[in-house]
Formats: sequence, structure tokens, C-alpha cells
Amino acid sequence: MIHSLLSGDYPRSRLLTVLLIAIFIGLALGPFLFSGTVAFRTMGLIVVFILVVAAYDLMLGYTHVVSFAHLMFFGFGAYGVAMALDSMGSNFTAIAVGTGASLLASIVVALLLGLLSLRVKAIFFALVTLAIAFSFMVLVNQLYTLTGGEDGMRVAVPRELGPAFRLDEPLTGFSLLGWLWGVVTNPLGLVEVTREAFFDVRANGRLLMYYVSFVITLVLFLGMLRLVNSPFGRVLLAIRENEFRAEALGYRTVYYRTAVVVLASALATIGGVMFALVTRYITPESTLDFELAVFVLLMCVIGGMGTLYGAVIGATVFLIAQNYLQDLLGVLSGWMEHVPVLAMAAPLFGSDRWLLWFGVLFVLSVYFFPTGIVGQLREWAARRSRAGEELVEGEKVDEPASHGA
Amino acid sequence: MAEPLMKLSGVHADIGQYHILHGVDLELPKGELTVLLGRNGAGKSTTLRTIMGLTDVPRGRVEFKGEDITEWATPRIARSGIAFVPEDMGIFQLLSVRENLELAAASGPIDKQRLEWVFGLFPALKKFWQTDAGNLSGGQKQMLAIARAIIEPRDLLLVDEPTKGLAPSIINDLRDAFRELKDQEATILLVEQNFNFARALGQTVAVMDDGRVVHAGSMAALAEDEALQQELLGLSLGAHQ
Repeated sequence: MIHSLLSGDYPRSRLLTVLLIAIFIGLALGPFLFSGTVAFRTMGLIVVFILVVAAYDLMLGYTHVVSFAHLMFFGFGAYGVAMALDSMGSNFTAIAVGTGASLLASIVVALLLGLLSLRVKAIFFALVTLAIAFSFMVLVNQLYTLTGGEDGMRVAVPRELGPAFRLDEPLTGFSLLGWLWGVVTNPLGLVEVTREAFFDVRANGRLLMYYVSFVITLVLFLGMLRLVNSPFGRVLLAIRENEFRAEALGYRTVYYRTAVVVLASALATIGGVMFALVTRYITPESTLDFELAVFVLLMCVIGGMGTLYGAVIGATVFLIAQNYLQDLLGVLSGWMEHVPVLAMAAPLFGSDRWLLWFGVLFVLSVYFFPTGIVGQLREWAARRSRAGEELVEGEKVDEPASHGA
Repeated sequence: MAEPLMKLSGVHADIGQYHILHGVDLELPKGELTVLLGRNGAGKSTTLRTIMGLTDVPRGRVEFKGEDITEWATPRIARSGIAFVPEDMGIFQLLSVRENLELAAASGPIDKQRLEWVFGLFPALKKFWQTDAGNLSGGQKQMLAIARAIIEPRDLLLVDEPTKGLAPSIINDLRDAFRELKDQEATILLVEQNFNFARALGQTVAVMDDGRVVHAGSMAALAEDEALQQELLGLSLGAHQ
């Protein structure tokens, strides 16, 4: 069962398996484990961006196609569904129409983009996508009657997916982290700490929407895993490694690459739809910005390119850092201000400096984990098992060879 | 002589700004192994690459099974029944032996019987079936590269210097494999610097120099005529004996 769900593509590292299970449980039970709106919002974003980053990795990691237009397709989905809800009223038909129309637009644009520009050098494709993505952003900013311009637009979700739709009885959650913190800081008040750790979970439409996106991401992620482990996926790996060889074996690489770009774009569009419905407010800055495109790239690289599990790890690590590094830095600088010598350096650690420190973390992670977190964990696991095998087996592959004829 | 399976007439080829082939005329008889000899830089590898559609052909005509394939794209040429084993072998290092062969069997799952036959030719591949190809030795990589070309029946095999850098015992294995392919009446064009290897296998021979075919005929005739060898191949022959 697990084998077929994961298409035989196991994490291949014990630590990675533990991390992935932790993330899965954290997201599946998240609303009942972490209290507060920031936590809920972060989880929603993680779910959406796992899909978006995994789709990006299909292009970047599996096929070595660099696209800057991934967020444009994300924007197609977000604005498509928002505009449909705006003009057709807050109902599910509007969501279906918005999603369908933006998917269609994505597929057509991605197809043209792929067929026209993937024939030539990779750098050309990257530049074309950059130009197109930029024009789309300008367009969204200019067409303010339709899109709200820079102010963005409210996404009028159907009542069933909003906060107004709720069960009478709130559900109960248990804040595990809060409880652990309580136990550590106040070990004597165990009963009180335990009582405080329970919190009400508002069983409303937003919770429903969260779980809808969770299931969609899970299903699509497993679908992608199936795809990359299929014969199609192997052709992608072959193209990545040696395009000419793949052609000489009879594979039309342009079609394969175009198919990947179309697929990744369609998945990004679905991610955009989910983003709009989960956050219920979209702006060009939150959906199309160049900074966001770089963030997606970073999530992909930090997690590990060429492995879909990397998208899960990358998106989770990045978004947690993005949402909590600020708080952490705020606490740190607040504390430093009270210490005589360190007070001078305190502004460096201000919460608005989070990007600086994130940059430092990123540089360090690329330096120490050049193949991303997943790549590194797998390498360690492989090295350990190789060391074990060599003890058992003695010698390995090498045969007398390579001495010139 | 049998009817030619492939015919090159007056083929010129450019790689970038360099003009490499200056009018190659070559016929490959069906069911025979033709050896392409010549010194380094004579245009042997470029001839193979040109057949595969990997160079610009400003003039000339490449015919395969009576069809003009000069302008065809590489994947189409491959699908029409030509397998190419390049000099660098071009195996996918990050994929396993199994995945390499599965990719080569472009028309569907690998035929079991055919796979057993390939394993018979190259037993090492069976042993390292699940190993990443990048971990194989040089000889095993070459075997994989050839296995990849023959995992499905093809009309024509183009093989570029399979013995380059290999130990004598592995060269013998390769020679046996080519003999068996020959017995099955495969049409093969083999680029080779190792004259002994070439002489042991070739039925017909073409010698290239400076981007042209300067001699074509039977291998037996060339093997007997030392003066001709001296004239065509010069000292390069001695260096490889």
C-alpha cells in the first residue's frame, strides 16, 4: 500500500522519513496542535507552497528548465478565481469557472511558451519567461478596475469556505508545543499547564478550506511522485543528464520538456486558486512579485532539487523561518538591548532584519548542504549503508579495465 | 555485393564554423559489418554524427532504406531504426543499468528473450542490473552502451571506437559480441583505430582521410595488401598492432 502510494520512491534516509512523517502529521492535525492565527496562516501557506514548489521542481530539478514565469501561472489561478468570484458571486460555480478558465489559459500560454522557446538554449527560455511574467505583473497592476491594481482584491469566497460558516460546538485542540514549554518552565503546575494547553478550534469554513487544500496537495503530490517514477519521469532524467543522447535514443526532447512546463504551470495555477481561497485576499505583491519567485526558487534549492520530498522540506522550513524568524529576532534584539555591550548590535537583530539573517542561513545551507537538505540526508544514509555493505561484502564493482588497448 | 542499406553521396558537414566533411561517399551493404578506418581527425566520428543528424549538412544526401533522411531530426532518425553508440558512450550515469536499458527500449517494455540474449553477450550487466551506471568500470560502461543499442532490433548500428581505452580481455569479449551480432546479419558501421580488431570483424572497409572516403572495398583485400595498408593507413597501422 505505502509502496504503491509512494510509487516505490522512498525517502531513503531514516532522518528524512522522520521529518516527512512529522510534517505530514503536523499538517494533517495542525489546526488541532497549534493555536493562533499566525500558525493557521503559516500551515495554509505551507500546504499551498508544497504544491507550487514541487511543481517548480518538476521543471528545475527534474528537467533543468529554469522558468521565471512559474508565479505568473500561480497568479493566473489566484486572479482567475478571485475575478470569477467577484463577477459571478460567491458560489462554487464561480470557483469552478475561475479554476477552469485559468487552467485553460495556463495550459495554452505554457504550451506556446514551451514549443516556441524550449527549442533553443535554456537561457533564452529563462529570459522569455522573465519578460512574460513581468508584463503580466504590469498588466495586473494597470487593470485596476478588474484586479484592484496594487491594492489587490478581496476574494469573496462562498460562505461555506469562510469564517461565518461554523459548527455550533467548537472542537478542542491540544497545543503540544505550548504544553511542552509549560512543562519545562513550570514543572510543578502540570495540571494547570495541561488544562491551559487545550484550546478551542473554531470549526468554521476556513478550517474546511484548509483541509480541502491539504487533501488536494496530498493527492497531487502523490500523483507527481508517480509521474517522476514512471517511464516518462525516466526520460526526463535522461534529458537532464544528456539531452543529445536522449534524442539519439529517439526521444523528442522538446515535447517532453514542453509537457513538463505545461504540467508544472497547471499545478501552479491550482496552487494559485488554493492560495486565493485560503488567504482570501490577493495582491500583485503576494502572488506575482519577483521576490516571491525567488522565494520559490529558494524553497526548491534548500529542500533539494530533483527530489519532490525536497519541496516538502524546503517549503516547510522556509515558511516557518519566514513567519517565525521575525518573532525570534524580535525577542533576541529585545533581550540584547538590556545587555550593555550587545545593545549596540541589537538593531542588527531587529525583527525587520529577518531577510538578512535568512540570507545568512541560506548561504550557510548551500555551503554545507550543496544538494539541499534531502540530498544531504540521502547522501549520509547512502554512505552509512555503503560502509555497512563493504564490511560484509569486501570488494565492489571495480573490474580490471581502462588500460588502453 | 548486397544492396546498400545506407548510402551517403557527396555529404558535406559543418560543426560550428568548421567544415569537417568534404563530400563523403559511402555505401553500407545490408547485413554486413563495415569498418571505417582513418587517422585521427579524418572525419570518422563526424560521419556517424552526420548520419544521426547531429551536424549541419549544407550539401549532399544521406539515404536510409531508400529514403532521404538528410533533413530529419535526430529522434526521427533514431526511431527509423538506427542505433548510435558514441565515442563517449553517453550512458546515463545517474540511472541504473536497468533504467538505461529501459530507456533504450523506446517502443515499450523490454522483450524478455532479447534481454536474456543481451545478458548472454554481456553477463556483467545482469550482475549490476540495479547499479547506477556511473559506478560501472570503463569496460562495463561500453558493454552497457552497446547493449543499449541492441536491446531492440535495429536495422543499423553505428558504433564509434568501442575498444578505446579498454583492456585486451574486454576487447576480446566485445569482439565475440560483435561476431554474434554479425552472425545475426545485423548491419553495422564500426569506427575503429585498432586494426586487428577491425580486421577480425570487418567484411567491408572504408578508409577516410581529410573528410573524404579515399578507399572502399573488402576487408580481405586490404588485409592482404600490405602496400595498400601502408599507403592508406601509414604508420598508424603499426602503432596499433
